[in-house]
Amino acid sequence: MDPHLWLKRKGRISPYEVAFWPIVLVLPFWLFPTYLSLSSQIAITALFCISLDLILGYAGIISLGHAAFFGIGAYAAGLLSAHGWGEPLSGLAFAAVVAAFAGWIVSFMIVRVQHLALLMITLGLGFLLVELANSLGSFTGGADGLQGIDTWKLLGVWKFSFWGKTAYAYSLAVLFILFLVCRRIVRSPFGLTLEAIRENPDRTTALGAPNRAHLQKIFTLSAGIAGIAGALLAQTTETVSLESLGFQRSAEIAIMLILGGTGRLYGAILGAIIFMVARDQLAGMNPQYWYFWIGLLLMIVVLFMPRGILGGLERLAAFGRRR
Amino acid sequence: MSQLFAVLFDGFAYGMLLFLLSVGLSVTLGLMNFTNLAHGAFAMVGGYVTYSLVELAGWPFLATLPFAFLITAIIAAGFERFLFRRIYEAGELNQVLFTIGLVFAASAVAAYFFGTVHHSVDLPAYLTGFIEVGSVKLPAYRIFLVVVALVVTAIVVAGLEYTRFGAMVRASVDNQKVARGLGLNVNRIFALTFALGSGLAGLGGALAIDILSLDPSFGFHILVLVLIVVAVGGLGSIWGSFLAAACLGIFDVAGKYFIPELGAFLIYLFMVALLFIKPRGLFGRR
Repeated sequence: MDPHLWLKRKGRISPYEVAFWPIVLVLPFWLFPTYLSLSSQIAITALFCISLDLILGYAGIISLGHAAFFGIGAYAAGLLSAHGWGEPLSGLAFAAVVAAFAGWIVSFMIVRVQHLALLMITLGLGFLLVELANSLGSFTGGADGLQGIDTWKLLGVWKFSFWGKTAYAYSLAVLFILFLVCRRIVRSPFGLTLEAIRENPDRTTALGAPNRAHLQKIFTLSAGIAGIAGALLAQTTETVSLESLGFQRSAEIAIMLILGGTGRLYGAILGAIIFMVARDQLAGMNPQYWYFWIGLLLMIVVLFMPRGILGGLERLAAFGRRR
Repeated sequence: MSQLFAVLFDGFAYGMLLFLLSVGLSVTLGLMNFTNLAHGAFAMVGGYVTYSLVELAGWPFLATLPFAFLITAIIAAGFERFLFRRIYEAGELNQVLFTIGLVFAASAVAAYFFGTVHHSVDLPAYLTGFIEVGSVKLPAYRIFLVVVALVVTAIVVAGLEYTRFGAMVRASVDNQKVARGLGLNVNRIFALTFALGSGLAGLGGALAIDILSLDPSFGFHILVLVLIVVAVGGLGSIWGSFLAAACLGIFDVAGKYFIPELGAFLIYLFMVALLFIKPRGLFGRR
């Protein structure tokens, strides 16, 4: 088949996708209209999860410290706002640039190492950053969190109110736009090359693809998107805590991604929705028990659905077609 | 001067504890490339075994240590046989997530049976005091810890260097394919090594109660330290782990003592820098 035609067909928008977004938009108003802050948190988490999917699902880089970039973005936007510039969109752009720059620096290390060393470097950088943010308490607020963030009206019109309608619309809009960008990227020749590098780096080298440069590009991009997600959280909640950098957030985001299914973007969104809603519903439970179910769920997913919920559904559909 | 020596010794003893906790993971990771983040959970099992036997059954502390080793080893062997074996081929990410899930579940189970509070054990009188060495007073328990760690190191090294089983393990670590080709049953060697290594973690967990205190998050708490030791020391290298554990212990204790605001930061910085320069760690074989 002609490769251009094939690429075009791969990038075609399916009816499921067209149905998905309006449902996501409307569902929270119907399910919990008085509780939109959860919905905007889900949108933010989904965006963060997508950023991890770019490097983990498509490029095959395992990171246990991706929250570092989320936190950098959150602190960048938060500090900018706390120092007197609370315009949300330019805040997002600023956070994206700062986080992407940090990601670009880190990417030089990431592409050099593999396996345990990769896990430990990403893990170590995450912890490093938490310690740094903690010891720079006068600047970042330390363990008490960053205070004094004031987000101005969105586009000078919509105020971020207590009910969180603006926050939800804002987060969802940013998620949707960046999702389209990511969708375009992973369906481009560049995105396909990333998948090829994931599957067989030796062969892509032989074919002349600049492996390291490609991986650095996607890592930088992913860090920038994670930074935007962090900035969204900082702007909509008007606070930043050390937890936004921490290992727990890095681990949770990986759990969501695996749960939904890696390497398909929608898996990231679905995983974030399921995880966040489940946690919210079970919040009354003792946190220890919540972790028991999460742990059990993780083990079951790895053993029986290694490609996540969407991967499992896909297999089921393929099985149905064959019969 | 004597204060400096006391701090250094304290750090060394802490490092020896870390060595006991991590040496098993180093060997099994080098052997099977199975990224087992649940190693700390096995250490926690050992800790709770000793706690139960001492505090609930009234056994003397020393008598519980062999059981902390044995029971942990048996449980680990069961997990290896029925669960871990299925994911050796499943890729690193799946292994990481599966074993993290196990740590989550284990910590919840521990919270269910033992509560979320910190536990400690009553040590016999001869382990609680101080012993004067020259002009320095050293805590008896730390001396005990160092002695136990050195004995265990001697046993492990002797076992690996001079026994037939040790030779099989070394052969499998160096080149698994060739070892298989020569007729070694690498899977069985791995299962046994895994049980023994986890048993050592259990022993470490029991010994750690007095120093780190035991609670359900123990498995997470020591995970990072254990991984640092393994990654910095290099997979499959006993001496690498020993050196890395000793350095980490000394750095950690001395850092918290002399520069408390930067201690942990410097450790992570050092680790990241070292892994950047030498991704296989100090003495990594692969």
